[in-house]
Amino acid sequence: MGKPEGGDATVETAPGNGTAAPRPAVDRPWHAPGGDGRRTRAVRVAVSGALIGATVLAVLLVPPLFPLDQQAVDLTAKLEPPSWAHPFGTDEVGRDVLLRCVYGMRVSLLVGVVAALVASGIGLAVGCAAGALGGRADRLTMRLVDTFTAVPHLLMGIFIVAMFRPGIWPVIASVGLTHWVSTARIVRAEVLSLRARPFVDAAISGGASRLRVAARHLVPGVLPQAGLAAVLMVPHAIWHESALSFLGLGIPAHEASLGTMINGARGSLVTGEWWPTLFPGLFIVVPTLALAGLAGAWRERINPRRRSELVL
Amino acid sequence: MTAPWAGMARLAGRRLLAAVPVLALVTLGMFAVAAASPFDPVRQYIGSDGLGASQETLDTLRENLGTSGTFVEQWWAWLRSAAGGDLGQSLALRQPVGQVIGERLGWSVLLCSVAFVVAILLGTALGVLAARRPGGVLDRVVTSVSYTLQAAPPFWLALLAIWLFALRLDVLPAGGLTDTGSDTVTAGSVIRHLALPAGVLAISQLPWFVLYVRQGVSDALHEDPVRGARARGLRERTVLLGHALRSGLLPVLTLIGTRVPELITGALLVETVFSWPGIASATVRAATATDFPLLAALTVLSALAVLAGNLLADLLYGLADPRVDHDEM
Repeated sequence: MGKPEGGDATVETAPGNGTAAPRPAVDRPWHAPGGDGRRTRAVRVAVSGALIGATVLAVLLVPPLFPLDQQAVDLTAKLEPPSWAHPFGTDEVGRDVLLRCVYGMRVSLLVGVVAALVASGIGLAVGCAAGALGGRADRLTMRLVDTFTAVPHLLMGIFIVAMFRPGIWPVIASVGLTHWVSTARIVRAEVLSLRARPFVDAAISGGASRLRVAARHLVPGVLPQAGLAAVLMVPHAIWHESALSFLGLGIPAHEASLGTMINGARGSLVTGEWWPTLFPGLFIVVPTLALAGLAGAWRERINPRRRSELVL
Repeated sequence: MTAPWAGMARLAGRRLLAAVPVLALVTLGMFAVAAASPFDPVRQYIGSDGLGASQETLDTLRENLGTSGTFVEQWWAWLRSAAGGDLGQSLALRQPVGQVIGERLGWSVLLCSVAFVVAILLGTALGVLAARRPGGVLDRVVTSVSYTLQAAPPFWLALLAIWLFALRLDVLPAGGLTDTGSDTVTAGSVIRHLALPAGVLAISQLPWFVLYVRQGVSDALHEDPVRGARARGLRERTVLLGHALRSGLLPVLTLIGTRVPELITGALLVETVFSWPGIASATVRAATATDFPLLAALTVLSALAVLAGNLLADLLYGLADPRVDHDEM
């Protein structure tokens, strides 16, 4: 296999370096992304997993251990820069930014997971129906999908939220109702390729009904793909929720969500205090990157020749 | 073999026809959502005066505002007046919707086009540099920064940019269109006020172009034409820019079309942060005030922009790749 000059020979994993069982370098993709060796990939997966684990643990454990009164203010401690007592500093009314970030992450994660489930459920149903029915039903469904892609998702979300404000459910609905399109496309493509396989013909000639073929043979086949899409949708949904909340159209302002926190910090940013703005944003960026790292490694595993891509 | 423009015209015509049902469905959907919402535009229009108003007054007003009847009737009435150029009255800004759009559209187009061009040019340059040496230091830095920017919300980037450039360095204004204390809009002040919002919008769109170009070029570097060019002893620069980049850019053309919705999304957030007087920030005001006529018109406008973006991408693709036939799209 010809390597281009100036190739990435230096990042080749040296066999027998003690950290992992020596493997031949041959089964590495020959133009590996970012020149990832086997060891750097293992480190990446471990770091990503640890970050995701820490986020989930913090969100689950911190609220019962450190109860937070959302209205509590301590004006003597307002806008303190990061210190040992307040690692992320305090906000404009003296609340600890780290604690509020964890609480905000809890709201954002709840919205993100529920909305991703709703969107994936709709996408799975629509995609399966379109792929399994075929013909005119398929074409009509795809026109509907075209319609949903013609309006930017955030704008459609803004429209729905504007009509049903305020509260958490309009936000979940606005994310769920706009994000099913990509899942529906993936599922439909997968169903179409499954339909041509012999076991489906066997089931049909065995007398299975349309519904049974769909439920017993097609849905299980697309679940891994749909599952991956659902997991990758969570950060997207969180992004969407925080954007709506930032615009003042999402979660009510007195409740901590990452978007409302960033919006609330705009006043103190103008006077030069950066920490109430920076840290809630990092709570969005870091878990998203960690999840993308895990998803990328997973994809490389099931399809080693394809470049892992971050689908956002 | 017909001239390429004939195929292009036929493609544009077909897309125009396909846009009609899409727009009809989008607008009908908006009216259905509005009908299902607990919100009453008549009560909003008259505000607190409505507390003592009689049912008759309310009914007359409902008739005048075009909000009587089922949502399908409202939709039809709205379509008919929109076809005649009347998009209704904005409830939040107390101005005709057409006037709001006319005043603000230019500023949004300016912001978006500057940002898009910067993102495409800078993204292509960085992508080629990264693809030249996969796994090298430059590639790793560019790729990691791209992934990070991809995950970062544009409004957060915008706020951090304000903190850095307007507060700490004090080199660029934090928002608006004119300096404080002056009302005249001059080219110089527009450029200075445009720099930050356009820069942030470009940075938030940049990662997709970088990663696509990097992928396309590094794939093309392993293809036979490039190997052939190398074998003929062509200079590395000619191989990279003349051969690899040309075939690597094809997927980017499609990306230009599919990024239009994301560009509008980014503009919504960036314009709001920087108080840019465009239509995107008017959308947020309309939504906060539940201003249905303005919101409806802006949604249709963005759908038109998205469809035009898709058409543009397909036309460019057909022009750039002689294997592609416009009549088969």
